[in-house]
Amino acid sequence: MSKIRVFLYRNSLSRLLQGKGLSCLWMLTSALLAGSSVKAQATFPVNGITDTREGCYAFVKATIVKSPGVVLNNATLVIRDGRIVSAGGGPVPKDAVVVNCEGRYIYPSFVDLYSDYGTPPVKKASGGYRAAPQFISTTKGAFGWNQAVKSEVNAASVFSKDERTAESLRNAGFGAVLTHQQDGIARGTGVLVTLANERENKTVIREKASTHYSFDKGSSTQNYPSSLMGSIALLRQTFLDAQWYQSHPAKEGANLTLQAWNDSRSLPQIFEVQDKWDVLRADKIGDEFGVQYIIKAAGNEYQRMPEMVATKASFILPLNFPQPIDVEDPNEARFVALSDMKHWELAPTEPAAFEKANIPFCFTAAGLKDIKQFTAAVRKAIDAGLSEQKALEAVTLAPARILKAEDLVGTLDAGKLANFLVTSGPVFNESTVIYQNWIQGQQYNIKDDGWKDIRGTYTLSVGNTSYNVLIKGTASAPALSLLQQDTLAGSVTLEGQLVKLSFPLKKGGTQVRLSGVAGGQEWDGTGLDTTGKWVKWHAVFNAAYTPKDSTKSKTPQQPGKLYYPFNGYGWEEQPKQQDLLIRNATVWTNEQEGKLENTDVLVRNGKIVQIGKNLAAGNARVIDGTGKHLTAGIIDEHSHIAISRGVNEGTQSVTAEVRIADVINPDDVNIYRQLSGGVTASHLLHGSANTIGGQSQLIKLRWGADAEELKFAGADPFIKFALGENVKQSNWGDNQKERFPQTRMGVEQILTDAFTRALDYEKLGADKRKDLELETLLEILHSKRFVTCHSYVQSEINMLIKTADKFNFRINTFTHILEGYKVADKMKQHGAGAGTFSDWWAYKMEVQDAIPYNATIMQRAGLTVAVNSDDAEMARRLNQEAAKSIRYGDMTEEEALKLVTLNPAKLLHVADRTGSIKAGKDADLVLWSDDPLSIYAKAEKTIVDGIVYFDREKDLELRQRISTERNRLVQKMLAEKKKGTPVQKAAATAEEMYHCEDLQGGHQRGLKGGENEL
Amino acid sequence: MKRLISTYIAVLSCMAAAAQETIYPAKVQETPVFLTNATIHIGNGQVVEKGSLAFANGKITAIGNSIQAPAGARVLDLQGKHIYPGIIAPATSLGLTEIEAVRATNDNEEVGEINPSVRALVAYNTDSKVLATIRSAGILLAQVTPEGGLISGSSSVVQLDAWNWEDAAYKADGAIHLYLPSLQPPAANPGRPTPPKDRTAEFLEKTGEVRAFFREAKAYLQENKHAATNLKFEAVRRLFSREQKLFIHADLVKEMLVAVDFAREFGFDVVIVGGADAWLIPDLLKQHQIAVVLVQPHSLPIMQDDDVDQPYKTPAQLQKAGVLFCLGNEGFWQQRNLTYEAGTASTYGLSKEEALSAITLNTARILGIDKTTGSLETGKDANITISAGDLLDMRSSTVTQAFIQGREVSLDNKQKQLYERYKYKYGLK
Repeated sequence: MSKIRVFLYRNSLSRLLQGKGLSCLWMLTSALLAGSSVKAQATFPVNGITDTREGCYAFVKATIVKSPGVVLNNATLVIRDGRIVSAGGGPVPKDAVVVNCEGRYIYPSFVDLYSDYGTPPVKKASGGYRAAPQFISTTKGAFGWNQAVKSEVNAASVFSKDERTAESLRNAGFGAVLTHQQDGIARGTGVLVTLANERENKTVIREKASTHYSFDKGSSTQNYPSSLMGSIALLRQTFLDAQWYQSHPAKEGANLTLQAWNDSRSLPQIFEVQDKWDVLRADKIGDEFGVQYIIKAAGNEYQRMPEMVATKASFILPLNFPQPIDVEDPNEARFVALSDMKHWELAPTEPAAFEKANIPFCFTAAGLKDIKQFTAAVRKAIDAGLSEQKALEAVTLAPARILKAEDLVGTLDAGKLANFLVTSGPVFNESTVIYQNWIQGQQYNIKDDGWKDIRGTYTLSVGNTSYNVLIKGTASAPALSLLQQDTLAGSVTLEGQLVKLSFPLKKGGTQVRLSGVAGGQEWDGTGLDTTGKWVKWHAVFNAAYTPKDSTKSKTPQQPGKLYYPFNGYGWEEQPKQQDLLIRNATVWTNEQEGKLENTDVLVRNGKIVQIGKNLAAGNARVIDGTGKHLTAGIIDEHSHIAISRGVNEGTQSVTAEVRIADVINPDDVNIYRQLSGGVTASHLLHGSANTIGGQSQLIKLRWGADAEELKFAGADPFIKFALGENVKQSNWGDNQKERFPQTRMGVEQILTDAFTRALDYEKLGADKRKDLELETLLEILHSKRFVTCHSYVQSEINMLIKTADKFNFRINTFTHILEGYKVADKMKQHGAGAGTFSDWWAYKMEVQDAIPYNATIMQRAGLTVAVNSDDAEMARRLNQEAAKSIRYGDMTEEEALKLVTLNPAKLLHVADRTGSIKAGKDADLVLWSDDPLSIYAKAEKTIVDGIVYFDREKDLELRQRISTERNRLVQKMLAEKKKGTPVQKAAATAEEMYHCEDLQGGHQRGLKGGENEL
Repeated sequence: MKRLISTYIAVLSCMAAAAQETIYPAKVQETPVFLTNATIHIGNGQVVEKGSLAFANGKITAIGNSIQAPAGARVLDLQGKHIYPGIIAPATSLGLTEIEAVRATNDNEEVGEINPSVRALVAYNTDSKVLATIRSAGILLAQVTPEGGLISGSSSVVQLDAWNWEDAAYKADGAIHLYLPSLQPPAANPGRPTPPKDRTAEFLEKTGEVRAFFREAKAYLQENKHAATNLKFEAVRRLFSREQKLFIHADLVKEMLVAVDFAREFGFDVVIVGGADAWLIPDLLKQHQIAVVLVQPHSLPIMQDDDVDQPYKTPAQLQKAGVLFCLGNEGFWQQRNLTYEAGTASTYGLSKEEALSAITLNTARILGIDKTTGSLETGKDANITISAGDLLDMRSSTVTQAFIQGREVSLDNKQKQLYERYKYKYGLK
């Protein structure tokens, strides 16, 4: 794959060169190839006398780190015309200016692949949530429909030198950066520029060096996409649109966005993410469309290294490690989760983890508050286990390789740009000073002081007296002492060549004050002696000062352990399947056998293998069920837990293209909390903000697993529909009266239109534009995807049944369905099931007739009925919600239990795998302390696939572990603060909480940081 | 048999007029009632097994194992059912709102920051369709509470079976409500460069505003004659004389500490409403004799590190520390689940009778109505809920009869009527 891309790249480069005539790049390349005959040529006129210089320099006697791991001692670097001629033992040309670099180190200047240097500032989108809707892009010109796809932007066209920023980057060691406009989901191309203070014509060294992407729509004011899953769908659809656009379909006309997308496909593709899970999301899109993205990482990837390795991506790692949190106020620290504290401790281990995992990576300064802290940040990574060589590679060779710009930057090989640093020592040492940063052969002084290292012993004659003087300290801050019986401290300052000395001749005595010129081995000047008489002085250098090696061998503190998932309740090691025998419990089979007393259940390889009395345990772990109740795991048919960055796309009335599967958040603590309530599977639904919402995902609550492993493999796919007030935006305020539909009349037409479009689309030829939305609708029409529909009032339920009948498909499940009891007969006839709340009502107009007898009536009318949560709190009491049907309508206990176990399994088409206790089914089980329908019952053990994911006893241990670990980290952060390390204010750790409704009762309110409605 | 007949009548009546308008408030008690053969949960922790209870003229006259039915009494053999004090719902917008999302039906939140003179009672709608569903869950009294702003006005305790708000008033304007702004540190906002706004300054400014208001009110009230009458100051007169309580809505430790400080500076009788983090400072609350209305144990823990069952067990932690507390539930229609909040509190550490006290006698104490209700004791109002079984457990909490001040109230409601209507449609028995 990579070979092909190189090939393509070369083609496009040559095209570029041919097309652009006298571009700077062309000039440089030609100069290199053809010698100096044409190098003086340029289109820019000169005011005055031309002053053409070749800039040939030879840096001799240096320690040259030519590339990471290749160190040349006493070596010479020769440059000319902004390029490296040789590094090592090459001859010193006669016309070279020779610079003595004895004791100095020379490194390639750093390269940063993730910069916005010199690009116009990005305006944040205003307007906000609930402003009037904007359905298409407002970008002027022949561009695409979505404002967040800006493939047409070329950073090279908008780039303009910004000397202030350039200087700060140069001072931090950088010589070249890949810069792009960091705005939108597709951001166009990046340009590789040097940081020289020259015309852009000279500093642009690769006009189109990369393309850039993210999941963040940036300044786009358009509504779509409003969610992470919408961003993903938009990217996928744009790939398809661009493929189709290659044939320049007449109906589309000119679309410069898609054109640019296609034109830049061969460039390195860089994807910025906000989170470790985003890495997998981006990589998955790449896999689908044959692209290997380079990932600009978020900084928490270390939490899931095996998954990072599997992406086979190269990474650009940020070094903006979190500051310690100010935890002095315990009542504020209370809101900082252990996961945030641990992240503070572990974030600096990320580069080392990447090195250990052998993943190619480079560093970026992006995100650092203060660019001056760049090398300090690298040091932090080194202290946390990164090798120095790898660190150097990550700022030189690695970025060059990743960008395929090794011909230009990254090492000191002949022919590359003369971008290099001259330093006082190994570049990442704390005391090392970067003296000079040469870029394209131009010298930029960073720190003069110390370049001239005057430290050493001198014989100083003042008038007729001679003294032995030692100058020590650091090269940039030398200190003087007079060596005699009592060593006396004086001072020495050097500014360029001008030197000032002062010292007493006895302790507390009057000072001798001298000034003069420091000229290499001999210094001369005049001054005043202790009596105030003018004297002349002279100093002769004797020997250089060798500082004692003061680097303390730091014993790195062992940081805390990683948890899976990265949460206080996470595992230190992923749990393993175990054979189990639950002995002597009351077993609620949900099968014909009903409730069996004093019964054993044997679990092997994650499956239920036997139910009976006095079963042999064999090697199985025995769990005593005496006095306890064993049921099938609870299945929440309507849940919104474990979803990242938006549960509703909802910006268009039909968004069948978006998928919850793309945005599963395995770190959500609600997975664990719901396990504590006996839940083993959750059907994660898109919200209800639009008529045809997104695709659903059934997961098993395998706490600690990643998104793919959470998915209930092989389960039928579903999609969420919605009707009524949310869909017609009844309660969204006065700004939301534009989107069609605003009435239940319109909802019917949206559905009819969508399915009609899908059928028309199906008839199109093979060269049609593949449309993800319509493809999904076709799956519904072909019974390959099944519908759960949020619905309340009888008229709309009836309408959807009729619409589905017309298009010859079946609504699988009506969810919420609080007036289902009014049309249970029609639902039965249609073949739909119901997933309802036990007793919610009065929170909006369309639920004024909701009754708690709903589940009972529907069940008695012959429907498959589930009771579900739509709420992360209620989900952990679904057994109690089911029990309400005993009170309201006299349902039997066994039937009531099925409302949250077997019936949802049936509705989700997985009743052959879970939902009851039967040999051959998955061992998704709950051991309860009491009758599971009782309010006094607690789930003691919750088992998924034969793994005990929640155990009330283990839970107590975890609480203790959280407390201990929090305390350790709090003490560590307090110590940091005391040391003077800058700290960040304690911010509450937000949790994303979603419901599908906007104005719902029965919920938690208030205290959650990330509460999101809809 | 009797029950069957009454069900039949209910069916007939709902077929005739499937609406609530035929659910009437009960008439004043005329004949004494004698409830017998029941498990009597007094509300103060005691249980009388196989006991009897008599009430006349709206008051409980006798209770025990060996009491006799008063002459001419209506005798109800409860056949082992459970008798409870009428359940009391504190801090609710019941009767102030009908359909949450329909603005026209919302009378629970006034505009403005300092509105102590605003009275919830006058907006309390005795004809709300929600009330009957709450009553039929055994909840017979409620503290109807205004929201919004900082000082939102006064709440009143009402009984849930009345023709109008005057009839409903059980204790008028017993408390004034102060809603403290949140001091929760703002959430970190990953991916956004701007640091989140600090709420402390706003908190201090707003609480300062309230403090200044009370200081000026205190000074104003020292002088009887004023050129201009200030209704807001006048409205808090009874707070200073402790005839009225100050209910401070606060959840986090520092918020609660500010509430304690209000009690200290102004000598108010302070109750904390919310109290999500009260488990962190039980001793302090006990020391300052601050009572707590714990709102909704059925909540998620505040932080991901918190014990997963923290809100469930907070009541038991307060009980153990000796803090006076009661249980509430959010919202209005949700009040019918209040008994289950108590059930959960019992699962996680309270005894069943302690859990019952947390929705009866403790509540009455906190609302200042324990002289007349909250427990089944002689001389108190006959506010009584009868349940087929354990009222705290949904399996068995079917309420069969209820009495408010001795009047047997209707347990019919709109939802039961709709149930009957559709059983009729589908021919279900």
